[in-house]
Amino acid sequence: MTDSTDLPEGYSASAEVGALRQRRSRAERSWLALKKAPLSAWFGMIVVAGYVFVALFAPWLAPYGEAQIFATPFAPWDETHRFGTDQIGRDILTRLIYGARNTMGIALVTTLLSFLIGGGLGLVAAINRSWLDQFLSRAVDVLMAIPSLIFALVLLSIFKPSVVSLILIIAVLDSTRVFRLTRAVAINVAVMDYVEVARLRGEKLGWVMKNEILPNIMPPLVAEFGLRFSFVFLTIAALSFLGVGIQPPTADWGSMVRDNASLIQFAQYDLKAGITPLLPAAAIGLLTVAVNFVVDWFLHKTSGLRDEQ
Amino acid sequence: MHPVLVTIVKRLLLGVVTLFVVSAIIFSSISLLPGDFGEAVLGQAATEDTVAAFRKELGLDKPAPARYLDWVKSVAKGDLGTSFSGRSASGQDRSRSVAEMIAPRLKNTLFLASVTALIAVPLALFLGLTAALYRNSWYDRSVNVTTLTTISMPEFFVAYVLILIFASLWKVFPSLATVDIDMAMGERLNRIALPAITLTLVIVAHMMRMTRAAIINLLASPYIEMARLKGASRSEVILKHALPNAWAPIATVIAFNLAYLVVGVVVVEVVFVYPGIGQLMVDSVSSRDIPVVQACALIFAGTYILLNLIADVIGIVTNPRLLHPR
Repeated sequence: MTDSTDLPEGYSASAEVGALRQRRSRAERSWLALKKAPLSAWFGMIVVAGYVFVALFAPWLAPYGEAQIFATPFAPWDETHRFGTDQIGRDILTRLIYGARNTMGIALVTTLLSFLIGGGLGLVAAINRSWLDQFLSRAVDVLMAIPSLIFALVLLSIFKPSVVSLILIIAVLDSTRVFRLTRAVAINVAVMDYVEVARLRGEKLGWVMKNEILPNIMPPLVAEFGLRFSFVFLTIAALSFLGVGIQPPTADWGSMVRDNASLIQFAQYDLKAGITPLLPAAAIGLLTVAVNFVVDWFLHKTSGLRDEQ
Repeated sequence: MHPVLVTIVKRLLLGVVTLFVVSAIIFSSISLLPGDFGEAVLGQAATEDTVAAFRKELGLDKPAPARYLDWVKSVAKGDLGTSFSGRSASGQDRSRSVAEMIAPRLKNTLFLASVTALIAVPLALFLGLTAALYRNSWYDRSVNVTTLTTISMPEFFVAYVLILIFASLWKVFPSLATVDIDMAMGERLNRIALPAITLTLVIVAHMMRMTRAAIINLLASPYIEMARLKGASRSEVILKHALPNAWAPIATVIAFNLAYLVVGVVVVEVVFVYPGIGQLMVDSVSSRDIPVVQACALIFAGTYILLNLIADVIGIVTNPRLLHPR
């Protein structure tokens, strides 16, 4: 047997194979996924990023102060007021920019809170499966039997409309849906052997929830977060539009539509004025569409879930 | 007893229980009111006696379960209590009964909802069927994109765009949907055209997409392949073989979306100033007229529960697996 010496000193075949199989870092993997994202997902992400940017830097972007009042109410579009002024003479563009911050901020806090309540209880119910699970599931069934907008209206007639009561009411009502989903997906994971092992090892309920179950149910929860956010966002906008949600002088898109709605009657004389009340409504619609596009793509990616076909 | 009947009876009982629990929740909301609300209703100048009399009239001096039973009894008799508005500090009472306030508005809301349903349901079925028939064509895609967009839009956006185009720029329909009882039918229909179109756009999208999905799902079944192999035409396959089996999911979708109409009607009535109970409820929430809010919520929740119940029962009745158990 002759010893072939073509190979460099210290070569090992397993090292070469190992080098090829080196795992890509999380950032590299996300970038690869992003590059393959369809046009609609890119559109959605860019729009969402734009909204977040406007919301974060509102005080620097807005030409005037949030509640600054000018002499002419319902002023037409011109250089000083890009989109005119509203019924008491506040700059529409400024209110739109601050509205991004208020409307989105409140919707985000509400969604986070509803995930904290619904997700936490859902996990507990899925692991423990005792009377607590029964009780929570039946309570959620009843709460979901009332349309949430109607229930929110009843509660808002009792507690005075304020940002805090609005956030609490919507978060509790919305947490029922989060509870349902979390419980449903967590139950499938909770019967896995590794969860059993962790419990036998004597880990506490909280530890099992956080380290064994939560990482395995993340993708559907993240997608649900996007959907719930747009739903909460629409509900808050609708309540504000009805005049029982976010109260003045806080700038918010729902109440802006309501306040400027009368301008629509003048569309035939000045089309720009007629469009003014539609701007905040379009801002609401565009964000919802964008979030839906991103969630759609994310669901495709993580679960291979395709709608029909 | 036939197993299907057992399932249906169980579902009906569950519905009744839900309705009672929901009514108890709506009712108990009045107990959550802060102690000084008597003053808020009657005004600052109300004397102790007037406030006490007012609380007694509401039965706040009795324990909650007894009050709930009284309330259920009077609701069953059609007595929904008396409105908070129209009361004054001096104890003079010009308030109206809630039932009297609600009755004409309920009729208006039902009128709007049924006109919408009459347009929306056939339209959604037609669009869903044709989209499934010509799947992946430009027609299917454009219907899909349009409906996806209308789903994501808030109702008031759709409503105001319609007002801008059809009432302001191009005066086809009135922008305010004020109706009264002695108006002729044609005039009434003309007045509610825009709200009905708005609601239609909002619910057609869901119904159409789910009809399409149900049909496409069925088209993957072996018996459809069999029908194709024996040479049946495309429309024959869909109308004769797929559709009869798709009725159950489609009926469920229709009932769920009509239930959704219950919520949509609130916003749309406010936009078009339509005198229905949605607008009444919003006004009462602003003026904190709790008895009216409770009555409206009860009607909305009851309709919602009933429609969901009907949807479930249709689903049970038309399920071949349940009808022919082994």
